[in-house]
Amino acid sequence: MKRRDFLKGTAIAVAGASVPLAALDWIDAREAFAARDDLRWIFLVDTHKCVGCGFCVKACKYENNIPQETNATRTWVERYVMTRDGQVHADSPRGANEGFISRAIDRGTAGPLEIADEDITQAFFVPKLCNQCDLPSCVQVCPVGATYKTPDGVVLVDRTWCIGCGYCVMGCPYGVRFFHPIEHVAEKCNFCYHRIHRGESTACATACPFGARKIGNLRDPDDPVTKVVMTQRVGVLKDAFGTKPQVYYLGLNMEVR
Amino acid sequence: MNNHIWRPLYVVLALVAVILLVRAVYVPKDFGVHGGEGYMYGWYREGNVQEWKEWPSNYRTQSYCAECHFDQTEALVAAGHAAIQCENCHGPALDHPNEPAVLTIDRGRDQCLRCHARLPYPGSDRKHLPGIEPDQHNPGMACVDCHNPHNPSLEDM
Ligand code: SF4
Ligand code: SF4
Repeated sequence: MKRRDFLKGTAIAVAGASVPLAALDWIDAREAFAARDDLRWIFLVDTHKCVGCGFCVKACKYENNIPQETNATRTWVERYVMTRDGQVHADSPRGANEGFISRAIDRGTAGPLEIADEDITQAFFVPKLCNQCDLPSCVQVCPVGATYKTPDGVVLVDRTWCIGCGYCVMGCPYGVRFFHPIEHVAEKCNFCYHRIHRGESTACATACPFGARKIGNLRDPDDPVTKVVMTQRVGVLKDAFGTKPQVYYLGLNMEVR
Repeated sequence: MNNHIWRPLYVVLALVAVILLVRAVYVPKDFGVHGGEGYMYGWYREGNVQEWKEWPSNYRTQSYCAECHFDQTEALVAAGHAAIQCENCHGPALDHPNEPAVLTIDRGRDQCLRCHARLPYPGSDRKHLPGIEPDQHNPGMACVDCHNPHNPSLEDM
């Protein structure tokens, strides 16, 4: 055998082995996309209606078996208080699992901050959850295919496949990911995927007494949530990151990050 | 040609064969590219979608509770707390009829303060809710000592 043939042979063998077998069943993107164009789950949050009671957070934890006593939570509610001196104070004590029952802003070790009512110019609550992004960076960075996007637009985590490397936790610009305190794998909101496929609403939307949270289907023009998203001034969080989040907010303003 | 040239190649080929063999055994058949968005978004084990769909629903909603506790849900609907799910206070109803003890009723004062601690916030509907100052309105007492949570207005009781 000539030296040249030897090198050629080796190169082919190594290159062939390094192509994952799955590459062979690559399919046409347009074809597959068209297959599920009737369903795309989205979420609508109305920040005017939210009163910061935190029932959504409590319900979510019960529904998805995340211990109430831990700080880990799939969804949480933030409080924003703007004062006359132009400052923005924000907090979310324990994710608002027990709701907002005090006027004082929680600043952790810096101690509570009391703000006089007359100094407040604006104040409201903003529920947060996974945005089930159209171009989810958490999925892009997952090295093993444990985090993925379903054809109906929900990003799921395969618990048997997650190796716990934490790339998705770092990759998500919204900080919605964490490690499950019991399962010890990457965890996040999945729009209660099990519930919405049985025709039920998500646990948080079910528990919310004020209708501040709603799940909808973007591909159904008669869906009440879709109608709001299409006809009203809705915003999304951190649009500049380009992940195309699919949780829409009514009454969002600049101070909310 | 000499052995020392062939030997490394055999080692490499053997390694490759072992890796492919392990992969074929270990990786499930349904692991691959699905959903048409290529490796970037569609690389996963398809069976997992079904696994998530089979997760139980712990929250059963008011209509489920009404099947047995119609008197209570009726009273609730007539009073100011109609919008509140039974399970917000009584805990998730899954398994409740079979195992009555699983319900953990939250009668604490803080449970009521979630909405009724007065927060006069412009920009939020919280300011419209009837509110108290927790440190002035019977501090230390449980709200349920005076108010019936199913029909909380004292006038209507
Ligand atoms: S919000 Fe974060 S975790 Fe959720 S889909 Fe987007 S990037 Fe992923
Ligand atoms: S349950 Fe509704 S009103 Fe209460 S904090 Fe959650 S979203 Fe806001």
